[in-house]
Amino acid sequence: MGIEEKAGNLGVVTTSLETVVNWGRTNAMWPLLFGLACCAIEMMGAQGSNYDLSRFGMELNRASPRQADLMIVAGRVSRKMAPVVRRLYDQMPEPKWVIAMGDCAACGGVFNNYAIVQGVDEVVPVDVYVAGCPPRPEALIDGIMMLHEKVKREKISGVREDAPIRITSKNQLIQVK
Amino acid sequence: MDNTTLLHRVQSAYPAAILASSEFRGELSLVLRPEALLDVAAFLRDEPELNYTFLENLCAVDYLGREPRFEVVYHLLSVNNSHRVCLKVGAAEEHPLVPSLTPLWPTANWQEREAFDLMGIQFSGHPALERILMPEDWIGHPQRKDVPLGYEEVAFTFNQEKIYAQKPFAKE
Ligand code: SF4
Repeated sequence: MGIEEKAGNLGVVTTSLETVVNWGRTNAMWPLLFGLACCAIEMMGAQGSNYDLSRFGMELNRASPRQADLMIVAGRVSRKMAPVVRRLYDQMPEPKWVIAMGDCAACGGVFNNYAIVQGVDEVVPVDVYVAGCPPRPEALIDGIMMLHEKVKREKISGVREDAPIRITSKNQLIQVK
Repeated sequence: MDNTTLLHRVQSAYPAAILASSEFRGELSLVLRPEALLDVAAFLRDEPELNYTFLENLCAVDYLGREPRFEVVYHLLSVNNSHRVCLKVGAAEEHPLVPSLTPLWPTANWQEREAFDLMGIQFSGHPALERILMPEDWIGHPQRKDVPLGYEEVAFTFNQEKIYAQKPFAKE
């Protein structure tokens, strides 16, 4: 059966542009290839064949921030590393999202000391926090699915108001829908 | 080589150098005058029978409230004699200055930079005494005992609103 024959019977599907765009964004979300500490091991585990992140269109970890749209901050961010993380974030093209993976990236974890940034949300705006030390790959995948849900609700105008988890620029905390 | 002979050798070569000596679990520690450190270290390294050619470790200790407040500790190993010796040098609080051992052992270079970075010990004669671990614009020396241990108040449910109101969240 040729493609013309098949296409002839498909008919027309109507949807909104927003849905198509958001569907495209969620299903090919490429993370930036970097890990900062022990959590990165679980992130690698999530990408391995057992948990297989490529089911969600995320098989490609891009080593260049120009080609990535998701930053998974996996591990503790030292104060010396913080400017580097921010620069990587600034180099990523819009639209871009950030997942803070693990307690260290979310709030400093057990490292309440001079060397560690107390939560990567001091450096980059975070969309989803994944708790755990380290979070299991399931937890990371859950966080990614949550981010997908959030991306699907984004408006084409760029307003992300009804997102499930978010810190607004006015410092209002987590809205869970 | 044993500790008594070693102590004797150093004492006869540099009678004024040793301030105190002690032995703990078979290891000899010599507290030296800072001015004599380079001479004694060179003597230990170059004397054919002693031959302490390996600087195993160099670190600084903060004895807050004691005089001198800081102490720089060196561990030397003689591979030929399979024997170790520990050298200690005090450094005063206001201006902790200790001669650098980098001319004798290149490995001292980065270890002295670490002691400078975290403890604020100055090493005279060091080729490039710069921070090695902390960011270059860091103020202070974080491993000193009078630097606070924690960094930020931990946010719990009862105080998170107060803390998050002051926390510098990043902008997009
Ligand atoms: S949260 Fe735990 S596993 Fe993750 S970086 Fe911190 S210490 Fe390591």
